[in-house]
Amino acid sequence: MNKKQKRWRNRILLAIALFVAAYAIETFVPLEALLGSRDAALWAEFGLFAVPYVIAGYDVVAKAVRNIGHGQVFDENFLMTVATLGAFALVLFPDSEPHMAEGAAVMLFYQVGELFQSYAVGKSRESIAELMDIAPDYANVMRDGALLQVDPYEVAVGDVIVVKAGERVPLDGVVLDGSSQLDTAALTGESVPREIAPGDEVVSGCVNLSGKLEVRVEKPFGESTVSRILELVENAADKKAKTENFITRFARYYTPAVVGIAALLAVAPPLLFGQPWSDWVMRGLVFLVVSCPCALVISVPLSFFGGIGGASRTGVLVKGSNYLEVLAKTQAVAFDKTGTLTDGSFDVVAVHPASGIEPERLLEMAAYAESFSDHPIAVSVKRAFSGAIDEQRIESVIEQSGHGVKAVVDKHVMLVGNDKLMGSEGIDFNDCHLTGTILHVSLDGSYAGHIVIADIVKPNAAEAISALHNEGVKRTIMLTGDRQDVAASVVEQLGIDEFYAQLLPQDKVERVERLLAQVHGADGRDAKLAFVGDGINDAPVLTRADIGIAMGAMGSDAAIEAADVVLMDDDPASIAKAIRIAKKTMGIVWQNIVFALGVKLLVLVLAAFGIANMWMAVFADVGVAVIAILNAMRAMRVGR
Amino acid sequence: MRKSFKLQDLECANCAAKMEAAIAKIPGVNSANISFMTSKLVIDADDARFSDVLDEAQHAITAIEKDCVILR
Repeated sequence: MNKKQKRWRNRILLAIALFVAAYAIETFVPLEALLGSRDAALWAEFGLFAVPYVIAGYDVVAKAVRNIGHGQVFDENFLMTVATLGAFALVLFPDSEPHMAEGAAVMLFYQVGELFQSYAVGKSRESIAELMDIAPDYANVMRDGALLQVDPYEVAVGDVIVVKAGERVPLDGVVLDGSSQLDTAALTGESVPREIAPGDEVVSGCVNLSGKLEVRVEKPFGESTVSRILELVENAADKKAKTENFITRFARYYTPAVVGIAALLAVAPPLLFGQPWSDWVMRGLVFLVVSCPCALVISVPLSFFGGIGGASRTGVLVKGSNYLEVLAKTQAVAFDKTGTLTDGSFDVVAVHPASGIEPERLLEMAAYAESFSDHPIAVSVKRAFSGAIDEQRIESVIEQSGHGVKAVVDKHVMLVGNDKLMGSEGIDFNDCHLTGTILHVSLDGSYAGHIVIADIVKPNAAEAISALHNEGVKRTIMLTGDRQDVAASVVEQLGIDEFYAQLLPQDKVERVERLLAQVHGADGRDAKLAFVGDGINDAPVLTRADIGIAMGAMGSDAAIEAADVVLMDDDPASIAKAIRIAKKTMGIVWQNIVFALGVKLLVLVLAAFGIANMWMAVFADVGVAVIAILNAMRAMRVGR
Repeated sequence: MRKSFKLQDLECANCAAKMEAAIAKIPGVNSANISFMTSKLVIDADDARFSDVLDEAQHAITAIEKDCVILR
């Protein structure tokens, strides 16, 4: 609680004590007998309850008066003032039941609720601030041989900064010296630290766990990952969900409507049908108390914000509550293959030597033959070969474009390449049952075996697909520019429902258009199609789909720009997680809407029939608001 | 120009919605957005009138919530 709230609390406590005292006097002291008349006793009671009323509610009354001056008629201060003063004014109808205690109590209860609401809002603001507490406070810069602590804004690209153990990396850069482990949890939700060595890129917002790092700054602070993420999460509030806009519009009509009915209820029956004034005025006052839409206006955006905040803590950035809403309705997910479901880097997946040849020898031959090439295939072969390459042993290497290479190593002639190379040199070779790029090797004219190189699927891609199906996603589709057989094998491994291979970039857009038509057609407009890509060349498709999900925000501007949802950890399993968070958030939003409106409506109906009293009305106002806020805060709690 | 400001003592969500609507009506404002949860006001307004717009925005805010201040 802050100072202001503490003063507020003390004032309320004092008012409660005085109220209890007044109530005790009213109950136990025979005022009528003491003062001689019923009228005098009534006014004495009026005075007794007016004291706690004024102490508790003077600010509410003052605000109400001030706001009328500003043309703000239907604010809650005004409504509470009219309702409570109305209850006191019933003293003027001596034949009716006195309602002074109720008037004072309603004001008290209202203030308790308001205080609690203010406290809950403060708390949730705090936890949101905590979520976003990834901004570094300072950077250590080498200047003129001395290490200075400066504001990260003042560090220029090319400066060398020092990140000590326990400190947060302030700006994006490349490690020049030192090795360490980085805790990326604040950005990715990933709890396993990342190993960092010279030459590696480091991203701002991560925490350096062990060694001291010297980092050359690559981006100014404003463009660093940390700034971009913070901006993104904070601006997420700009893009309001349909539900949010609906509530705002609803609130605009709800209050005047209820106030109108309240006035009618208080005046019409007594005037037209000679009903007792006090009874119907009371019913009207109950209406006034219920007419504030605050529970909805606070809790709906708070739920969305909590959902976005909770998601960002697990490494899923959602750019607006509207996207959370769409994500919850996802019925079909289309994937790009390379970089999304697969690692996007080539690796040797199998070594199949001919009989009489050691696997390591086969790799050695291929590595030597490919030693001068930078092609991804060659790189993967060299990486798979454990030994060092002694260039002295290589006599010549002739590249045969589109086929492979012919090399002479240790006086042996080697051919390393595809089936066309083997065919043109008249060498018998075995086909392989595996899909991928097959590298055949021959030694002095006889077949030595082959190496299979493939883009391997991410370790949890299969789980990710089944998790999506569990979340109610009906169709998973893979779109790729890769060959049919490669695509088929990936799809089979992962359990994806359909795929389209050999697509050019423009084909992908067209394919997504067709999928959109199918998805919207099959389940009505409420079914949504998500597209997941690595964000680098998928921008048009990411924008075209109902919701674009990009992999790998760590460093990639294109991903953050084009997508609606960004997965910081490159993990396809996060898609199901994002959908789950979205569904939970939407669930909470609707619970709050139904609960708040339901209680209010119920109390309104009961009040119209004279069953509901002020107490119920105040519960329907502040009580409901507090419960809705507490419920909304659940959206922030997200299992990792 | 688009700029974001912190709002101090923004206490009521319904008021935030009203302020947003009031600020959006100020001449020269292209768009205004108040996030109740982050207590942030984002104004997109013509450069030439920006500081006037801010004064008028503060005025509009004060009319709705007396203690609420735009921190510049």
